[in-house]
Amino acid sequence: MSTKEHKSKGVDLQRRKILTGATGVVGAAGATFLAVPFVSSWQPSEKAKAAGAPVDIDLSKLQPGQMVTVSWRGKPVWVVRRTPDMLERLSASDSQLRDPASQESIQPDYCQNPSRAINEEYLVVVGICTHLGCAPLYRPAIGSPDVGADWQGGFFCPCHGSRFDLAGRVFQSVPAPTNLEIPPHHFVNANLVRIGEDPKKEGVA
Amino acid sequence: MSHKHSETQASEKQSSLLGWLDRRYPLVSTWNEHVGEYYAPKNFNFWYFFGSLALLVLVNQFITGIWLTMSYKPSAAEAFNSIEYIMRDVEWGWLIRYMHSTGASAFFIVIYLHMMRGLLYGSYKEPRELVWLLGMLLFLVLMAEAFMGYLLPWGQMSYWGAQVIISLFGAIPVIGPDLALWVRGDFVISDVTLNRFFALHVIALPLILIILVFMHIVALHKVGSNNPDGVEIKKYKNESGLPIDGIPFHPYYSVKDSMGAVFFMILFAFVVFYWPEGGGFFIEPPNFEPANPLKTPDHIAPVWYFTPFYAILRAVPDKFLGVVAMGGAIAVLFAMPWLDRCKVKSIRYRGASFKLLLTMFVVSFIALGYLGTQPSTPELTKAAQLFTALYFAFFLILPFTSVNEKTKPIPERVH
Repeated sequence: MSTKEHKSKGVDLQRRKILTGATGVVGAAGATFLAVPFVSSWQPSEKAKAAGAPVDIDLSKLQPGQMVTVSWRGKPVWVVRRTPDMLERLSASDSQLRDPASQESIQPDYCQNPSRAINEEYLVVVGICTHLGCAPLYRPAIGSPDVGADWQGGFFCPCHGSRFDLAGRVFQSVPAPTNLEIPPHHFVNANLVRIGEDPKKEGVA
Repeated sequence: MSHKHSETQASEKQSSLLGWLDRRYPLVSTWNEHVGEYYAPKNFNFWYFFGSLALLVLVNQFITGIWLTMSYKPSAAEAFNSIEYIMRDVEWGWLIRYMHSTGASAFFIVIYLHMMRGLLYGSYKEPRELVWLLGMLLFLVLMAEAFMGYLLPWGQMSYWGAQVIISLFGAIPVIGPDLALWVRGDFVISDVTLNRFFALHVIALPLILIILVFMHIVALHKVGSNNPDGVEIKKYKNESGLPIDGIPFHPYYSVKDSMGAVFFMILFAFVVFYWPEGGGFFIEPPNFEPANPLKTPDHIAPVWYFTPFYAILRAVPDKFLGVVAMGGAIAVLFAMPWLDRCKVKSIRYRGASFKLLLTMFVVSFIALGYLGTQPSTPELTKAAQLFTALYFAFFLILPFTSVNEKTKPIPERVH
């Protein structure tokens, strides 16, 4: 029916418009509220959040240059016992790094230093490439055919070729945007590191 | 079955079962509109098999998929073993699983050829823009469906492939990391992610696929099929209003497509029985190892049908721009009907510039597909960057060259 026919039959189009509009607005608001539980349902559950409990690692059996992998919150966390030689080589590649001072990278304040560690002998780092989440490989040897002859030792991501030095700092012109993440951690004693908890003494909760 | 409209009305008066049904449901008229009296151009060639073949593969995926859910367990603890259980202990389970996994690759082979047909004969052009857009949406949903399905066996490549693709969301500024967390439902890919991907893979996305397939076909039948000559058969009609160069879909193309379907199924059976892993391309070797969240395989590559886009992602040495380039490579295809401004549809009558550009595009796509399967080395990355540039060059140059393209005269009617 056309508008003209409606009017001739005494249909109040203005009234219909208001009613339709009001129903639409109320319906849309209802639909929005209804969407909340469905969308929120995809967030990590309480169980998933609780799985983030701290993990302890015994360092007494770790040899110089050796790396161990532990699982924290389902993510691989590496602990590397760096040799003095390795630490010396760290500053050598500063000019080739994207973020040598770790200003744009994720780490606790107490690890924003050149060696990115509390105790520079031990690097504690989340073993997930900041590009697309692969686990990079530990390549401590100097120079190698696939990562380059001038390789000073570090981590190499096999997925998209991102390279990191032995402090988890990313090189320039690779896809990874930032340095590897350092998780909150502290030393319970000289041979025991706890991952997932900040040091208590400095008043950091 | 009746073929003429006069008979359609006649059937409504019939006292037969068909008549009884037709008075309650538009059986005969629906059949006639889409099959019995759907007039398609008489000059369809080899390229026109792939539409009906896509439908055939979809049916294969539905049936084998339903049977697989009867033995598959969507949990991180049991998924990998339940696949092995299907392969070894379930009666004929190996066949059903291989039909499903090979079907996924077959789907993309068929769809890529189907899309190629569209590019060759200008099937995306007026009045078929919506057919193309719905088809592109189908392609997008199909990619999501395939990606989620690939996580379900919970092998090493399932796990790390999903890790990489979900991390793509994390590259979006500001909301990215929260979005990736929301999609995963956990801090890493976990049981939660597997379970929800299962739900999406077996219920949500197949439903969307079915609806889109329906709309794709309805839109096509509204405007009518294109053909290798790219001329509209509706221009010349006989005294009963039927296109002179058209033939009814049934029996002409139903028979032709059945023949194509049988030939396809012979090839398909050959792969399922003798080459189900497709040389490591259909099922990748690391996927025979259970998922290990602490160790990435030395070389990860997506399944072959994603490698062209994956190569584009890797070619860009910036996380966010890489994701933009990959998304753009798919998004730009949606714009094809408006980027190509030439009035002539079929490549048969188009100028050298289009033939050259399309060749460059196809070569780039195949080269990127190959590069995406290879480990990244500096040389191969350079090659991928070159082909990425050529891939996008096709879409950038086309709007300019297609305006004043030197075309050949188009025939009035199909050959």
